[in-house]
Amino acid sequence: MEKFLTHTGSGLPLRRSNVDTDQIIPAVYLKRITKSGFEDGLFAAWRNDPNFELNQPQYKQASILIAGPDFGTGSSREHAVWALQNYGFKVVLSTRFADIFRGNSQKMGLLTVILPQEEIESLWQVVEEKPDTQITVDLQSKSVSYQGKSLQFTIDDYTRWRLMEGLDDIGLTFTKIDAVAKFEEKRATFKPKTLPIR
Amino acid sequence: MGKTLAEKIWAEHVVSATAGEPDLLYIDLHLIHEVTSPQAFDGLRLSNRKVRRPDLTIATEDHNVPTLNIDKPIADPVSKLQVDTLRKNCAEFGLRIHSLGDVDQGIVHVVGPQLGITQPGMTIVCGDSHTSTHGAFGALAFGIGTSEVEHVLATQTLPLIRPKTMAINVEGSLKAGVTSKDIILAVIAKIGTGGGQGYILEYRGSAIRALSMEARMTICNMSIEAGARAGLIAPDQTTFDYVKGKPHAPTGADWDAALAYWQSLNTDADAKFDKEVNLNADELAPFVTWGTNPGQGLPLTSAVPNPADFANAEDRGAAERALQYMDLKPGTPLKSIKVDTIFLGSCTNGRIEDLRSAASILKGKKIASSVRLLVVPGSARVRLQAESEGLDKVFLDAGGEWRSAGCSMCLGMNPDQLKPGERAASTSNRNFEGRQGKGGRTHLVSPLVAAATALKGTLASPADL
Repeated sequence: MEKFLTHTGSGLPLRRSNVDTDQIIPAVYLKRITKSGFEDGLFAAWRNDPNFELNQPQYKQASILIAGPDFGTGSSREHAVWALQNYGFKVVLSTRFADIFRGNSQKMGLLTVILPQEEIESLWQVVEEKPDTQITVDLQSKSVSYQGKSLQFTIDDYTRWRLMEGLDDIGLTFTKIDAVAKFEEKRATFKPKTLPIR
Repeated sequence: MGKTLAEKIWAEHVVSATAGEPDLLYIDLHLIHEVTSPQAFDGLRLSNRKVRRPDLTIATEDHNVPTLNIDKPIADPVSKLQVDTLRKNCAEFGLRIHSLGDVDQGIVHVVGPQLGITQPGMTIVCGDSHTSTHGAFGALAFGIGTSEVEHVLATQTLPLIRPKTMAINVEGSLKAGVTSKDIILAVIAKIGTGGGQGYILEYRGSAIRALSMEARMTICNMSIEAGARAGLIAPDQTTFDYVKGKPHAPTGADWDAALAYWQSLNTDADAKFDKEVNLNADELAPFVTWGTNPGQGLPLTSAVPNPADFANAEDRGAAERALQYMDLKPGTPLKSIKVDTIFLGSCTNGRIEDLRSAASILKGKKIASSVRLLVVPGSARVRLQAESEGLDKVFLDAGGEWRSAGCSMCLGMNPDQLKPGERAASTSNRNFEGRQGKGGRTHLVSPLVAAATALKGTLASPADL
């Protein structure tokens, strides 16, 4: 995973709530067996509408998605995170994220930042008026800043450290693998096993 | 202070805990399917890692598979490649797989319980958000992403921050024609699609205790639609009776030890939930969704709401967008809405009891000439059981289609899809835009409402026939 320290880029206003993962990437695009190439499926249905924000030239460079509340609801497909990253997004700002989507994004290094709805509204207005407004999302200082304004956000220290170091969880767990083996020794014998097949 | 059921199961699975870090949780069972696993196996190969516990892992083919001509090669080359990849990965890493044509193939959340590998007190994960289904057994079960699938394959653990707990108390008794699907649709309408974010739900109360195991699975299945990664129900005699005798259920002394443990799995009387929500079962009616998220639902006797009546700007905007997509006008009685397709199936309502309840309404009758009825059993065994009871004949005689097992039109990854503009009454779990096919419109309903709707051609409950 790439380290995330700070990112500066322009924003794309997505004035919709409850953007579910079927909208982020419809199921028909999930048949690939790689983690790349999903950008063509990003918001596929909505992209048929020429007025959809992703189709507007002033937002072509956007790398920070500014979304309404409850972003990423629905399915557990990590393909939603891959599609956003494959397209070029580095950060998603929203009032609320669905739990599984947020967990997936933190595994992949797509930063999801929670801001109050009134700040999201202000950002929408600013970006709609001046699409090339540069927004800086800084994980070291836990802040989102633009036009001289700076907003603090919270994120748990562990996830922040992991993202800033670009560490992958599996490697970290392997440092505790002896504890796993010990735990397995005392597991109840009545717990089911899938093998041998009964 | 006492502990809630979720807190007890969590505590028993903590491998290591360090202040300021997520707990490392042991996973008792890992279910796998073709869509969310290929990249995880690639990750293992890249790092030269093995599957730590093949004996706690099981795979089945469900999301992508056709429900017609399953003895022939899969026609869609991309679907075929994904299914073939799962087969290759299982062979390479020594994992048990139930492939298309196998008697134990089916939707992963139907297969686990019917094999008896879903048991109380377990931690169960799968790269599918409807893993919450298994919570019906008093297990802590939740959906995970592909990075986490790789993590569990490699280590049989997951680092997780413990969610808060919420009690959903449903007291009273359901009226005839009202089902567990109506309970959960009412819960989601009440707390919203984000209401359960950050929580594990525990469904409690006399109305929940009175439900069969399969009805409980329907409720826990849709916990994720309320934003909760997991939802569970304390195990009781209904649970124990269901598990007993299943292929992987404990036997002999193991059964006695397991039963003693399972009987300890309940929320202590003095435990405190972080939040409580109350519902009166006596007041519930058959429910149907009118919008494009599962929280946009109402009793079937209602009319399409007017977005202007929503106090909250966010809800108002969502309702306006939903009505536009659904092509519905405010004030239209829900019962006057005509549908084109009825889908009976999915991990929510594709079990034998669901098929029986729909068949009880359809028996000896014909569906409306304007509709098609697609019946897709949740597993190959459910299909066989239904056929042994003559239910396939009931559906076929009524004018319906009788298919092979899989996720099918719930998410339209296989050829079973709605056409643009088509409207469905569906026993599945998500009415998202385009979920069942690009441009398709979905109303979520119970199997009873699905069957009555098939006969009338408009949204209906059995009482309307």
